[in-house]
Amino acid sequence: MTAAVLARGVRVVLGGNEILRGVDVTAQDGEVVALLGANGSGKSTFVRALVGAVPLTSGQVELLGRPLGPAVRWERIGYVPQRVSAATGVPATAGEVVTSGLLHGRRLRPPRRSRTAVRDALELVGLADRVDRPVRELSGGQQQRVLIARALVRDPELLVLDEPVAGVDLTSQKAFASTLTTLAARGRTVLVVLHELGALAPLVQRAVVLRHGAVVHDGAPPQPTREHGGADHDHVHPHDPADDLAGEGPVGLRGWGP
Amino acid sequence: MDELAGMVGDPLMQRALLAALLVGLAAPVVGTYLVQRRLSLLGDGVGHVALTGVALGWLVGSVMGLVPQDALAVPGAIVVAVIGAVVIELVRERGRTSGDVALALMFYGGIAGGVLLISIAGGTSANLMAYLFGSISTVSRGDLGLTVALTALILVVGVGLRTALFAVSHDEEFAHAAGLPVRALNVATAVVAALTVTVSMRVVGLLLVSALMIVPVAVAQLVAASFARTMSLAMAIGVVVCVTGLSLTYWYDLSPGATIVVLAVGVYTVVALVRPLVQRRRPVDPHPQVPDDVRVAA
Repeated sequence: MTAAVLARGVRVVLGGNEILRGVDVTAQDGEVVALLGANGSGKSTFVRALVGAVPLTSGQVELLGRPLGPAVRWERIGYVPQRVSAATGVPATAGEVVTSGLLHGRRLRPPRRSRTAVRDALELVGLADRVDRPVRELSGGQQQRVLIARALVRDPELLVLDEPVAGVDLTSQKAFASTLTTLAARGRTVLVVLHELGALAPLVQRAVVLRHGAVVHDGAPPQPTREHGGADHDHVHPHDPADDLAGEGPVGLRGWGP
Repeated sequence: MDELAGMVGDPLMQRALLAALLVGLAAPVVGTYLVQRRLSLLGDGVGHVALTGVALGWLVGSVMGLVPQDALAVPGAIVVAVIGAVVIELVRERGRTSGDVALALMFYGGIAGGVLLISIAGGTSANLMAYLFGSISTVSRGDLGLTVALTALILVVGVGLRTALFAVSHDEEFAHAAGLPVRALNVATAVVAALTVTVSMRVVGLLLVSALMIVPVAVAQLVAASFARTMSLAMAIGVVVCVTGLSLTYWYDLSPGATIVVLAVGVYTVVALVRPLVQRRRPVDPHPQVPDDVRVAA
């Protein structure tokens, strides 16, 4: 068994602040690993460093057996950044945003018949009918789904997600968990940053907990502490939870794939 | 009608019209990416820097004793504008100085450097007026050849690499994670923006170049739903305002650059005012498929 993600002694210094202080994280092929930690623990910075969006100060990263850089088979890696909005200055349709997910490495133009692949990816997240709609007209949850479709359109072997269910209600977290289960059953590796395990708890095989930029736990998923796990705990997110991933009924996020 | 034939038959006007058409086509392509990146004022910054290039070319020309003295003005503008645009991009990438402050430094340094160099070259600020406000009536065959070549390059990069440039402008972090050559694509955008500025310089002048890049895009995004549609519509608007504006100056004694830009702003105003009247739709529930989860007791 090889490691889909192999990070050794990852140190990241940004603007004089040491965000990560020698982090080791491994995800074996086909494993579902959660990266947990409080706000400011460095978990988002870690996945951003992992995919090359933030430069490493020191340490080594290997993705799918290749050292971080041009040698990585980027077309086999799907990344969903933490994001509240997918809309920007100029209008862009959901289809155009997902099409950009077909580019990688030296492939600077979308392949032929990309339209079908894009429609299939949007189908997986229940937004096939919105392919020609501008993303700025979609709700926050729908925009998040467009970004997930952008990562899935290239049928990745390794999926890296940064808080994909932040601000999304429990029902849709469950739907999202069932899709991730399908992916994991197909032997795909998933590394997911989470604020709390929530509905993904049964799926996560291993959890890595970061605190102040260092790993403090690597093993079985931790049980939530009383104040977060209690039935009376009312977890308030800053986002609008009105839209949800399962909003379109049972179609939701079920079938992934060809 | 005869007057129209007269205008089209005039070789000077033919060259000017062709240059205006090419600029109208190319400028909004780059403008679309700049608006996407919220860097609408980059064109202005590069335009100011290009003035230093004009003066530098002039200085070198007069030292070498070239006739006319400004033979190297356009090449000078191209070189300095490209360097300036790449520097702005690298400063932005490092995030050390905010893009805003970097642009401000370019604005003032560019204008001051241009005026300083032109006085060293033995000229006056008046010599710079043609570049600041455009001088399309003096477009030579050589100028036209350069405009055709640069426009072709801008269109090949700007339209040919549209998906890749969109990916980088839309979400740089995702582009990194896809292994795309993010810096190369960003620098390509900056270089193409600099070339657009220098190509448009003769038509509208350095002070109004940015308007030609941005205003057609501003109009197009009022009515278009997609990125591709915004770009093609902006190109069409750019061509129409450039050709119409320039034609007006054949009959009326107006500044071509100013006429073109005022026309473009006018189109924006009309579209912005008319759009709500045309697109009057009844507000609808954006999520009709979401089940009712709260039952209210009657």
